[in-house]
Amino acid sequence: MIDIQDLRVSFGDGADTVTAVDGVTLSVREGESFGLVGESGSGKSTVLRAVSGLNDDWTGRIAVAGAEQGPKRQKGFYKLCQMVFQDPYGSLHPRHTVDRILAEPIAIHGLGDADARIDRVLRDVGLGPAFRFRYPHQLSGGQRQRVAIARALVLEPRVLLLDEPTSALDVSVQAEILNLLRRLRAEHGLTMVLVTHNLAVVANLCDRLAVMNRGRLVEEMSVEELRRGAAREPYTLQLLRASLGYDRATAESFRDYA
Amino acid sequence: MTNQKMADNTPLLEVSNLRVAFPTRTGMAEAVRGVSFTLAREKLGIVGESGSGKSMTGRSILRLVPPPGRVTADRLAFNGEDLLAASSRRMRDIRGRRIAMVMQDPKYSLNPVMTVGRQIAEAYRVHSKAGAAEAKRRALEMLAAVRIRDPERVYDRYPHEVSGGMGQRIMIAMMLIPDPDLLIADEPTSALDVTVQMQVLAILDDLCSQRGMGMIFVSHDLNLVASFCDRILIMYAGRVVESCRASDLHAAQHPYTRGLLASLPKIDERPGDLPVLSRDPAWLES
Repeated sequence: MIDIQDLRVSFGDGADTVTAVDGVTLSVREGESFGLVGESGSGKSTVLRAVSGLNDDWTGRIAVAGAEQGPKRQKGFYKLCQMVFQDPYGSLHPRHTVDRILAEPIAIHGLGDADARIDRVLRDVGLGPAFRFRYPHQLSGGQRQRVAIARALVLEPRVLLLDEPTSALDVSVQAEILNLLRRLRAEHGLTMVLVTHNLAVVANLCDRLAVMNRGRLVEEMSVEELRRGAAREPYTLQLLRASLGYDRATAESFRDYA
Repeated sequence: MTNQKMADNTPLLEVSNLRVAFPTRTGMAEAVRGVSFTLAREKLGIVGESGSGKSMTGRSILRLVPPPGRVTADRLAFNGEDLLAASSRRMRDIRGRRIAMVMQDPKYSLNPVMTVGRQIAEAYRVHSKAGAAEAKRRALEMLAAVRIRDPERVYDRYPHEVSGGMGQRIMIAMMLIPDPDLLIADEPTSALDVTVQMQVLAILDDLCSQRGMGMIFVSHDLNLVASFCDRILIMYAGRVVESCRASDLHAAQHPYTRGLLASLPKIDERPGDLPVLSRDPAWLES
């Protein structure tokens, strides 16, 4: 469904050049849920932004659903592939009602039948029609993230790109959103790419994952292997140990991996 | 009995029936509703979700609740001294020198137009009569104590020139240089990557045990607090619903605590729906 080959993204010129993504190759099968894991600055979000067309300055090859993508995306691409962002407080227009937020993508793509679509998608994300004419400030963080997911789903895409969709939420709300994403994926046969720093979230929602560090892909593994702790690379093992909670001796053993 | 002995029997911090309220159009909204605990020279974790009042509890100890918020308590005493009755002048003495606070994001807590070294040295000079050279020497020592590899170089950097993990270590250095008795850390590592987080916690852990400092660690991360602290308070809607030894968290009794623990995804669990917390109105009053 998604095929990335030798993707490189750098920012800045001359001596200030920072290579954010340094030759990443990966592919995501149709219907698969794929986790992209790493610490800040690892390039995981940049990969996602290049796929979604938010970053147009890259080299390499990106194909989505068999179609080669250039730096600029056609409108039809967004009918196929939608994105959900980390911060539901920043990604919804504060002066637009939920109804208007959801109507906009429908109007842009000239789909018609907006009323029924909005109604359906709101039920789909577990909000119901009562939320339709509220403003974002009248919603909790979890409800906002549901609206953001509804906005992505209202176009009935086949691919959903998720950038840390639960990091800004409390753990009890995170559980609700993860359950929602699992259900939506099963019901709509969605292909998902989930960018996160949280290995437990990946273990819960994904089939396969790739670990990134400093712009490079360190290791690809199945979630089954992750669950068994069967990582091959020392960097992945360190990340796994760090996720298990604080331990004085473990903290001492950490080092930087280039 | 000597004075020293008596001081040892007084808890570092006593909090009894602490309340923080904010006036709203519909009356007073209570963010903290009757929190009580005592703190010895230990690491106490306060855990809760957003809006549980955990940060306000930490801030009210330093009388840093912004107006028009109102703080009341039957007792709020540090080393036996009543903090609510203390003058503003006395509070300025206590803040930093005796009780220090580390906040979540170093980006907003450091002065952007002053080198980090000068900020740390200033923190030392405000609370001591040291000269500039002495303060610089101490600041460099402190930077080394929080395991910054090249203190001389970092001393002359501005906050935007250092990474998040280093910024938080600089904050910790600045807070610990006056050698406080109590450190209140409000989500000190939430903005950091997991591996950096562990390293910063190791620094805090060592400094606590070496200096015999007490610490209040405010966090939303149950597992982190359970593995780092000695004792935990779990807050819900402005109240402490449960308190337990950190090592006994897995055996927590309160349905809220159990619900929170269950809703956490775990790496070694099969994927599947997570139990969702259903909030019982009775928890508000329990």
